[in-house]
Amino acid sequence: MKDLLAVVMLLGIYSLLSASFFVTMDAVDVAFTEAAVGAGVSTLLMLVAITMTGRKEHPTRHKPLLAIVVVIITGSLLIYGTLDMPRFGLAEAPIHQHVAPRYINDSMQEIGVPNIVTSVLASYRAFDTFGEVVVIFTAGMGVLALLSMVRRSEDTENIDSNNYSMHEQHLILRIVSKMLIPFILMFAFYVQFHGDFGPGGGFQAGVIFASAIFLYTMLFGMNTARRVINQAFIQILAATGVLLYGSVGVVSLLNGKSFFDYSALASDPIAGQHLGILLIELGVGITVAAVMIIIFFNFADRRNYSPNKDSENS
Amino acid sequence: MLIAATIAILVVMIMATIRAIMGPTVYDRVLAVNMFGTKTVLLISLLGFVMGRPEFLDIAIVYALINFISVIGVLRYSDNFTLKKSEAQKK
Amino acid sequence: MQVISALFLLIGSFLCLSGGIGILRFPDFYTRMHAVGVTDTLATAMILIGLILISSDFLVDVKLVIILLMTLFISPTASHALANAALHNDLAKKDKKSNDEVTSSNS
Repeated sequence: MKDLLAVVMLLGIYSLLSASFFVTMDAVDVAFTEAAVGAGVSTLLMLVAITMTGRKEHPTRHKPLLAIVVVIITGSLLIYGTLDMPRFGLAEAPIHQHVAPRYINDSMQEIGVPNIVTSVLASYRAFDTFGEVVVIFTAGMGVLALLSMVRRSEDTENIDSNNYSMHEQHLILRIVSKMLIPFILMFAFYVQFHGDFGPGGGFQAGVIFASAIFLYTMLFGMNTARRVINQAFIQILAATGVLLYGSVGVVSLLNGKSFFDYSALASDPIAGQHLGILLIELGVGITVAAVMIIIFFNFADRRNYSPNKDSENS
Repeated sequence: MLIAATIAILVVMIMATIRAIMGPTVYDRVLAVNMFGTKTVLLISLLGFVMGRPEFLDIAIVYALINFISVIGVLRYSDNFTLKKSEAQKK
Repeated sequence: MQVISALFLLIGSFLCLSGGIGILRFPDFYTRMHAVGVTDTLATAMILIGLILISSDFLVDVKLVIILLMTLFISPTASHALANAALHNDLAKKDKKSNDEVTSSNS
């Protein structure tokens, strides 16, 4: 189909469906992240992108027959290669023999956090998670480097008149959102700090926080949102999250243990683990929320200067 | 009874997907996606009870919020598509 | 208690199914909107009340009540926003008679 808007919506359904799959396979954290990121933020960003590029796909001049043949051959070869692997979910498969039993057996004594996913992500594999946070931060910096533009000062004069004209059209939405947005922010904090005991953690909390800000921006206009949420502050916040994460590791180094060894943070090793996990999840949450807000503001800001200025002020 | 309700909701989700693929206008598709999201919330709550894992309810809350934000986003940003189309028709 | 909860679940599933049939069979967008908007919220409320009646943990009850309140807020608002957007952008109504004032655009 050539209609990109329909494709974006079908992608939203697809990500909701795959999150349901994860739920039936009992992988709760993954389903959480897939729901928040795939169905929420990803769909919104793609929508903003196609408002700038146009809604219909341009007709291609050549038939993609060769590409389809290559894809089918490669795909069937890969599937043939996986026929040799052990059955899905088999308990004696080699992947479940070496590292996983140690995590499952020892995680409660060594770290004391009921959610094994959080303990693996934040303590056993803290270095990998550090890499993920730095990647997210780099993506935000890339978007800033490519898409940011200097705002002219005469745009901010029209805020009040635009606010009023948008007010009648979206009145009910605005009032309901004013009641919902504090609840969404509180829920983001709940997910952040409850990540030790249930599904959640820094990534999901950051995305939920950012989506509350998206809701505010969409309904109250870009100019008002920029006055409420200062861009320079958000950029500093993004860097602060990564700095917090890295400094936890450096403090461990300075106390004589290895990098990201949390037992150096407090006198009791278990309390040290809890403190370490808390701090790095906070760092992850701050960075993810700030980077999402940066990306959305820069995408949506570009839209104001695109040729179709006859639309209402966004 | 829980399992029967789960199967009913799965059937309705398939119906909503058919409408999302078929629907002639964009508003039909948005309606189908909204309905799909609400049914997913119910499906996850029921699955949580069937499988005995009440942590699924956090995911259900997130879905309800994300569904709402996506629908508002689509409506907000599809405004200027149809506005351009109707202006082109008037010319 | 189990019987009352099963009754609520049954009513909820029936409403859900009728909404699903409605979205497939009705001729026009506005009529489909009517089917989905009404049955969606009501089916969610019924099924969630049925689940509240059989849950044993207090925290699970609180979360279910939160989902219920949120759905009661969110679902009618989304239906209103969708119908308003369609009306504002002059989506045509398929009418059999021609003596009604359906072509006004701003409401």
